[in-house]
Amino acid sequence: MDANLKDFILMLADNNMILGQRLGEWCGHGPVLEQDIALTNIALDLIGEARTYYQYLAEKEGKAEDDYPMLRSERAFKNVLLVEQPNGHWGQTIVRQFLFDCWHYFHLEAMVESKDATLAAIAEKSIKEARYHLTFSGEWMIRLGDGTEESHEKMQASLNDLMPFFDEMFDPASYEVACINQQISPDLSSIHSKAIAKVQSVVSEATLDLPTDYFARKGGKTGLHSEYLGHILSEMQYLQRAYPGATW
Amino acid sequence: MSPNYSLEANFQNRIDNEEKIEPRDWMPDAYRKTLVRQISQHAHSEIVGMLPEGNWISRAPSLRRKLALLAKIQDEAGHGLYLYSAAETLGTSRSEMIDLLHAGKAKYSSIFNYPALSWADMGTIGWLVDGAAIVNQVALTRTSFGPYSRAMVRICKEESFHQRQGFDILYTMSQGTEAQKEMVQDAVNRWWWPSLMMFGPTDKDSPNSAQSVKWKIKRLSNDELRQKFIDMTVPQAAVLGVTLPDPNIKFNEKTGHYDFGEINWEEFYQVIAGNGPCNKERLAARIKAHEAGQWVRDAATAYAEKQQQKKSISVA
Ligand SMILES: [Fe+2]
Ligand SMILES: [Fe+2]
Repeated sequence: MDANLKDFILMLADNNMILGQRLGEWCGHGPVLEQDIALTNIALDLIGEARTYYQYLAEKEGKAEDDYPMLRSERAFKNVLLVEQPNGHWGQTIVRQFLFDCWHYFHLEAMVESKDATLAAIAEKSIKEARYHLTFSGEWMIRLGDGTEESHEKMQASLNDLMPFFDEMFDPASYEVACINQQISPDLSSIHSKAIAKVQSVVSEATLDLPTDYFARKGGKTGLHSEYLGHILSEMQYLQRAYPGATW
Repeated sequence: MSPNYSLEANFQNRIDNEEKIEPRDWMPDAYRKTLVRQISQHAHSEIVGMLPEGNWISRAPSLRRKLALLAKIQDEAGHGLYLYSAAETLGTSRSEMIDLLHAGKAKYSSIFNYPALSWADMGTIGWLVDGAAIVNQVALTRTSFGPYSRAMVRICKEESFHQRQGFDILYTMSQGTEAQKEMVQDAVNRWWWPSLMMFGPTDKDSPNSAQSVKWKIKRLSNDELRQKFIDMTVPQAAVLGVTLPDPNIKFNEKTGHYDFGEINWEEFYQVIAGNGPCNKERLAARIKAHEAGQWVRDAATAYAEKQQQKKSISVA
């Protein structure tokens, strides 16, 4: 398989995988039972989508789907830094989710047109879920931003903390540039304009201020991660690493 | 004849005729109280029960197993929701019930005070704990209170799926490496006796049971349910190739049931009293989630009120 295409697929897969893994930490600990269920739903969707990408790679490379999430090390993961950020409180999780959903939804919308038929089919299938995620996180942005004074402050602080991780999603890595040239990946600048427009409208309805003066963080897409990822992987990969070759 | 007497007689009559009691029907206060206690206890068990399995979501060994575990725990949250709603029809709100749990005044199933120590525990909880829950809940589909009975019908379908899923985890491991087989045996050793305790004290030590049976809240006694569970489970253990940690389990030709050894009731009462291995952690986790969520619930309420105001202004 073409190395650029493989890295591109891994990026798509790892983004969903790591965020799904993070959301799984909430299961049983949510602020209200209904929201516990809703967040677990999103985790299920994201890990489900990640799984279809890993299956695609596995089929092409004659490997097993679990080899990719379970047996690669930190530097081989291509997810953006945003998704590996800790859950923090419910508001931080919502802001992280909303920023991700703004990329995820518009990216999938464009991926439906991908020249890679398998990726286009995955996008077709996943976009309904991503639309629901964006609605969910957007509504919670507004509810908490325009809720109480305390919730407003918490949301503003979370947005200030997480906005620096937004731009990486739209800044093409070299393998993405190659895939853009082959029309496998969409052009990221048009996705960025749609995503930022959505961010602006929701943030303003939430009575929050969108930070503009920040230093954009990046590195995850090329395997240069925060210290958080190693801990995520050491939990996620524990059984596969401790008992090599076992079937579960 | 006092009017109260005829109400009670009429109520018992309806029960004897297998009619379902609905929330708006007249019912004795004690019936209502017993039900609120039992249904809320059941709801709390679903919610606290999410914690031991939640402990393994991040470490599930494959994506397939991770998705199945997440979905299973999510089902339990859904069971909690139906049950809280069923109890709310009797006039007690979900938040009152949750406050009682957090104050240590409401109970939940003692089983969830045991730790989930290996991946085999995910299989064993599904197989034994959901298995025991099914036996209990299938009987409760015929309970006299309509909303409770209907909640049980919905829940039972999912519980049997959970049990099969748990069995499948164990079966896969039992076909695997020596280390995996050891994990399975160890998990079964730890969960077997606590699973039997899920049915509660023996009938002779369970004073509430007789009245509950008369009101058809309970359709079978603790000992009858426990026996059903053992009869169902022993042959399944043979398929898995595990040894149940009770040398006295033996099929009794005369009774047609499996005999079994003495349950350690001292352990049961200690766990109920709060001295199980994880009582403190379980309750602390629930309280922490609830307290950390307070600002979220407050904000959601404040936002909804603002929206309501905007609506009434625009209508005016
Ligand atoms: Fe359940
Ligand atoms: Fe269950």
